[in-house]
Amino acid sequence: MKPDTLTQRILPVVTILLVIVAVWYVAAVFMNAPFQRDLDRRANIATSKPVDFIERTLSQPKPVLPAPHQVVSNVFENTFLRRVTSNRSLVYHAWVTLSSTVAGFTFGTVLGILIAVGIVHVKALDRSLMPWIIASQTVPILAIAPMVIVVLAAVNITGLIPKALISTYLSFFPVAVGMVKGLRSPELIQLDLMRTYHASAAQTFWKLRVPASIPFLFTSMKVAIAASLVGAIVGEMPTGAVAGIGRKLLDGSYYSQTIDLFAALIAASVLAAALVTIVGLAAKIVDRAMGGRPA
Amino acid sequence: MSLILRSWQGATALLLCLAALASLPMLAADAPSPFGGGTAALIFVLVAGAALASFANISAPLLATILFVCAHLAAWLLIGGLSGNEGKATSAFFLMIAASWLLAWRCVTVLSGIRAKSRAADTFLRLLIPTLFGAWILILWEAITRGAGIPFILLPPPSAIGARLAGSIPILWADVRQTIFKAVLFGYVVGCASGFAVAILADRVAFLRRGLLPIGNLVSALPIIGVAPIMVMWFGFDWQSKAAVVIIMTFFPMLVNTVAGLAAAGSMERDLMRSYASDYWQTLFKLRLPAAMPFIFNALKINSTLALIGAIVAEFFGTPIVGMGFRISTEIGRMNVDMVWAEIAVAAVVGSVFYGVVALGERATTFWHPSNRGG
Amino acid sequence: MSLSPPPFSVVSARKLGLTFETNDGPVHALSNVDLEVRKGDFVSFIGPSGCGKTTFLRVIADLEKATAGEITVNGMTPEEARKSRSYGYVFQAPALYPWRTIEKNIALPLEIMGYSAAERRSRIERTLDLVNLSGFGKKYPWQLSGGMQQRASIARALAFDADLLLMDEPFGALDEIVRDHLNEQLLKLWARTEKTICFVTHSIPEAVYLSTKIVVMSPRPGRVTDVIESTLPAERPLEIRETPEFLEIAQRVREGLRAGHSYEEQ
Repeated sequence: MKPDTLTQRILPVVTILLVIVAVWYVAAVFMNAPFQRDLDRRANIATSKPVDFIERTLSQPKPVLPAPHQVVSNVFENTFLRRVTSNRSLVYHAWVTLSSTVAGFTFGTVLGILIAVGIVHVKALDRSLMPWIIASQTVPILAIAPMVIVVLAAVNITGLIPKALISTYLSFFPVAVGMVKGLRSPELIQLDLMRTYHASAAQTFWKLRVPASIPFLFTSMKVAIAASLVGAIVGEMPTGAVAGIGRKLLDGSYYSQTIDLFAALIAASVLAAALVTIVGLAAKIVDRAMGGRPA
Repeated sequence: MSLILRSWQGATALLLCLAALASLPMLAADAPSPFGGGTAALIFVLVAGAALASFANISAPLLATILFVCAHLAAWLLIGGLSGNEGKATSAFFLMIAASWLLAWRCVTVLSGIRAKSRAADTFLRLLIPTLFGAWILILWEAITRGAGIPFILLPPPSAIGARLAGSIPILWADVRQTIFKAVLFGYVVGCASGFAVAILADRVAFLRRGLLPIGNLVSALPIIGVAPIMVMWFGFDWQSKAAVVIIMTFFPMLVNTVAGLAAAGSMERDLMRSYASDYWQTLFKLRLPAAMPFIFNALKINSTLALIGAIVAEFFGTPIVGMGFRISTEIGRMNVDMVWAEIAVAAVVGSVFYGVVALGERATTFWHPSNRGG
Repeated sequence: MSLSPPPFSVVSARKLGLTFETNDGPVHALSNVDLEVRKGDFVSFIGPSGCGKTTFLRVIADLEKATAGEITVNGMTPEEARKSRSYGYVFQAPALYPWRTIEKNIALPLEIMGYSAAERRSRIERTLDLVNLSGFGKKYPWQLSGGMQQRASIARALAFDADLLLMDEPFGALDEIVRDHLNEQLLKLWARTEKTICFVTHSIPEAVYLSTKIVVMSPRPGRVTDVIESTLPAERPLEIRETPEFLEIAQRVREGLRAGHSYEEQ
């Protein structure tokens, strides 16, 4: 660790996080205050000390904005204190979402790579398909999610596959675009070199294009896995899936269980951060193995 | 062998023609209005003729024209013959559709091989080839859904979607007004502007930048869309809650990209500004902001899609009885799939237009950047 | 008429021409080039940018196709020569693969040409030694200096059995001190391996110091204006560059360039 890592990197981040938590508490007091005053009036609690009032605003069962400690204790309770098979366990719901995310991401990545190889090698595909792939990135494809779920449910396909399908098409586009860029990244001079060796197309592909495309692949995989997770969550939301983080969000919103809602959001964030980190780590390991210059 | 290699699509199309001939007729025996003998013969002549032409040694534009006309005329006749006969198509019908599709593929291959002489021709080709591809997706979609009689709710044919779209323009327009002109535009402008403002602030205060940047990078990868139910709870069902989701979703990409862009100016250029004793704001406006423009526009482009997604998904959680997300979620509940597809088509067009406007702005502002020059 | 190239001829060009069609009309990169490179020659091509010296090298290597005239490489067409892997090519930049170590980079052509693992090992060893890079095989390109990277790329071109070495301004991006050193090493290597070398440069001292034959070229259209046979001895220490003989040849090169209007403002 460099000597200035603490003051240059960790200290600012921690400070900003503390500021956010502080602002959150203040906001929680103010946003929950009107309802608490209402409650107090009904319960005929005479105006008590402000400290007691503040404490009550931070411990409502269904607050407008739950206090950080309420969310943290909810997350802790539902993550570590419940059996993982329980319907209230966050681990259980996260697992459901994770499995369709990973399944969709895997299919999407494989499909994206295959399409990219086709686009790089078949000129007709390049000219006809590539513009559509680029254009489709400007379209809010996620809007199809409810239809995919409902339509597939109508033909008795439910559970993991419809969600994974949404994740597949969300992760497919970034990988295809990134991989096309990567496979085309070798410079002319390197392609000329292969030509002077009279290398076959397959040799040029495996020895030059593929290794050159790896960094691009990982960069787009990071985008793809995040998109995959969003796809799985949104796929769980509109139609009342049985389980999953999206289901938790929907429940929280139906029954105004704000604490549960925030807890589900935290779980989703942790999942996203973990997935992106794993892909990032894989990228680093592969980069190191391929002789990347240490940053 | 080399003859087949010259146009494997043509060779396969001929084989498909033969197979189709062997399995005539093209519609089941109980079809109410079968193909007339003349029409069927014409289809075969068109496909086989074009397939043979693809082996001939003629100029590329001529061959492309022949293939284009024959493939599309045949497809048009085939699909036209379906009306009243939904679900009655036999294997011969699909073999002929496949043969026409192969010819269209050959046409695209020929077109891709043409090196345009003038700029106008080049632009024309660059638009024509993907258009053909898109058109054939629609043709195959139409032929398969109607020919095989796929259940309407599973996948409606494009013609039905088009009819529904044309018939519901007032409703769709009201949805666009609610979702795009209220929620998306407001949220997008406020989100991008505040992200930009905070980025400038973070640029002035190094401590703030070091603290915010890692957090911003992390948050950019999170499924922020999950705040939608909370925002609906806080700000009610109307467009304000959707705008709030859009603001949160667009804020972080703008922040991260602007901070990165402000660091993009080269050290030599900065030293130059130093040698002029230029103050912070002069350097900012004359050097660093222009240098950051490609990054800022990148964020604007990313955000144009994110904003649409945010607003539409937030509407799944409750809206007044208008809005694109509302329409999608209620119509799918009623199994009005054609209306959902129409709404998605509208969303696609709006998304492309939104992106296109931002891209035009980018061209006008960052014409100097290598990625925009000579393109 | 069929030309049979003279014996020992490695590269033989007759009325060679190459015209690029561009949006601004045709560009005559090469026109009417006649040239004979004999086995064991060290031929330098010198001239200002746009004179076609790199293009000529690329025609020999079958990276460009001539549009007029005839050329043979080892008695074959350039395409046949490329397919029988009869030359090694060194580019302006090292063009080493960043994801391969130095020895893996040298192994690249050997893998493509199907050499056995044991054969690859011994050849890597030998060529690394030839360019004085023994012990650096396990390093990645970015861990080496620019001069060492270029030497590694020369080793890569030497690794397989090609008698002809095509070098396109290989030292152009290096500073003069490193360049002097590499020039000296290149001469030693040439003497040891008895290869034929075609060497493109825009430095007059470099061309005179290295070559047995100097081809002076001029632009618009790209053409050969003079071919100078060097009278310098085979043994050339760096100090030879101060001798009157050396300066006289350099003077002839300069005159050749002037005759081709190469010094005029363009």
